[in-house]
Amino acid sequence: MAKEKLVEVKNLKQHFKVGGGRVVKAVDDVSFDIYKGEVFGLVGESGSGKSTTGRSIIRLYDITGGEVKFDGQVISGKIKGDLKRTLTREIQMIFQDPYACLNPRMKVVDIIAEGLDIHKLAKNKQERLEKVYKILEIVGLTPDHANRFPHEFSGGQRQRIGIARALITQPKFIIADEPISALDVSIQAQVVNLMQKLQKEFGLTYLFIAHDLSMVKYISDRVGVMYHGKLVELADADELYAHPLHPYTKSLLSAIPEPDPIYERNRQRIPYTADVHDYSQEGPEWVEIRPGHFIRANKAELVAYEKQLADKK
Amino acid sequence: MALLEVKDLHISFKTNAGEVHAVRGVNFELNKGETLAIVGESGSGKSVATRAIMGILASNGYVKHGEILVEGKDITKFSKTELEDMRGGEIAMIFQDPMTSLNPTMKIGKQIMEGIIKHQKVSKEEAKVKAIELLTLVGITDPELRFEQYPHQFSGGMRQRIVIAIALGCNPKVLIADEPTTALDVTIQAQILELMKDIQKKTGVGVIFITHDLGVVANVADRVAVMYAGRLVEIGTSNEVFYNSQHPYTWGLLASMPSMDAEGELFSIPGTPPNLLFPPKGDAFAPRNQWALQLDFEQQPPMFQVSSTHFAATWLLHPAAPKVQPPAIVVRLRESFSSEGGVLD
Repeated sequence: MAKEKLVEVKNLKQHFKVGGGRVVKAVDDVSFDIYKGEVFGLVGESGSGKSTTGRSIIRLYDITGGEVKFDGQVISGKIKGDLKRTLTREIQMIFQDPYACLNPRMKVVDIIAEGLDIHKLAKNKQERLEKVYKILEIVGLTPDHANRFPHEFSGGQRQRIGIARALITQPKFIIADEPISALDVSIQAQVVNLMQKLQKEFGLTYLFIAHDLSMVKYISDRVGVMYHGKLVELADADELYAHPLHPYTKSLLSAIPEPDPIYERNRQRIPYTADVHDYSQEGPEWVEIRPGHFIRANKAELVAYEKQLADKK
Repeated sequence: MALLEVKDLHISFKTNAGEVHAVRGVNFELNKGETLAIVGESGSGKSVATRAIMGILASNGYVKHGEILVEGKDITKFSKTELEDMRGGEIAMIFQDPMTSLNPTMKIGKQIMEGIIKHQKVSKEEAKVKAIELLTLVGITDPELRFEQYPHQFSGGMRQRIVIAIALGCNPKVLIADEPTTALDVTIQAQILELMKDIQKKTGVGVIFITHDLGVVANVADRVAVMYAGRLVEIGTSNEVFYNSQHPYTWGLLASMPSMDAEGELFSIPGTPPNLLFPPKGDAFAPRNQWALQLDFEQQPPMFQVSSTHFAATWLLHPAAPKVQPPAIVVRLRESFSSEGGVLD
């Protein structure tokens, strides 16, 4: 079965002017596709551009260059009002900080129903309320939570409210920007399990942005690794973790702390600096080294990576 | 004698709603050159307990009962000035967010010198020499040049190195690190952890490391204490707690972390921690515990001894308790440990 593309990001550039004529290339020439029904993980350190990529897709920023398509339609740059309204319904976002993303002066019912009100998705008050109650139950809360304020909830519950708010407009695509980083370990698992359950039930597609690599591997079908505004490697989650090729990916994987003291005592961290690449003669390109496994490399590096893959077999 | 001994510590906060029993009878000790990790979720009392050790509880918080002995002296009885001398001198602390622990308008050199001058009564010149030594110790290159710079000129990881340098300024005997790497990227986190271990080897400082990341715990800890709802539920050596855990809450924590080869649904601990305005009668974890016995709801379990260094507060360890099957990951950890010939120390 051919996989259908839901989101296509082509040569996305997001540059910020920071004064003094300087420009920060937060996202620089990044291309990838997200297929319908998959979880696409995006990892990288702070400042790598992973969040900016997510925010550019949902049009929180005006992009500097490139193109984003959603369901076959161009959604970046100047688009019609109709399409904008469709997009705000079909693409939703879940944020990192469950404390900051909910208006403290609004009741939960109104926070969640805001999407319904904007898009006039409820015919009357009764239907509006019913929809909110239903979604609260879906995310593991109860209808009597509807009339409370955000401060009455724990971090995990607030994140559930954030998820409920995102789901109420029946979106196709959800951008989750570090949705569990601010939560306790025991609550992280609850939220991740919920996100997976919802994905199956509603056929959602996720862009999951995070720096917790073990959680990203667990939840994602495919994973992209970003470094300094560029995508350096992209592959199926299992493939990437089993056969990392780019030295930055290797470095990142070697730094993950595992809950296993013996493993930790023997762990060798692989440091990475951009100096290991010699791009003076020939610059790197974005190449598919084997089906579905992309890497940023020049010809000389490609030869070396090919050899690594052959040696492993 | 242990560097630090905490005996039957109870800490409460006065609030409009009533008394919050944040720490409810905690015992542990810290030895020279040792790292004790305290693990638990938000509200478990891990930060409150260590803030009491530093004498920096919020103004509505107070030590209700118990002792905190630093080299035999009970600091809960200290006057304000005695506490001030101890803080930064014998015990130093580093916090989660390096940007908020540094003064943005003061050169970092001066910030490192401040504590040295106050506690060691040395001249500015001597303090500067010491400060530059410290910057070198925490791995900052060009220390003379960096000495004159402001916090915003450093990256997050570098700032945390400076915070560590400040903490080490007065050769503390105890260093309390409250989630020192949580705000950092994995690669930077690994560097800071390596740095802390290296410094401990060189100085013999005893470290209390507070975190909720079990991967970090496995990396740094000699011993691990697990806290839940204001009490210690399990304490033991790192090997004992990871490879032979006994308390269902520890099981839950271990099982809810995705391992690199995890498949299927993640184990998750249902529900949320109790409200410590009204601490429960029995084991506070019982309502979230699928292995809870009737007794867990009624009576607080004592600390059962598993080995000379390993204790856990669960009725499951009572000789008359039924045998239960822990989650798969816990069984796997036990088996892989013994199959590799591991011996619990």
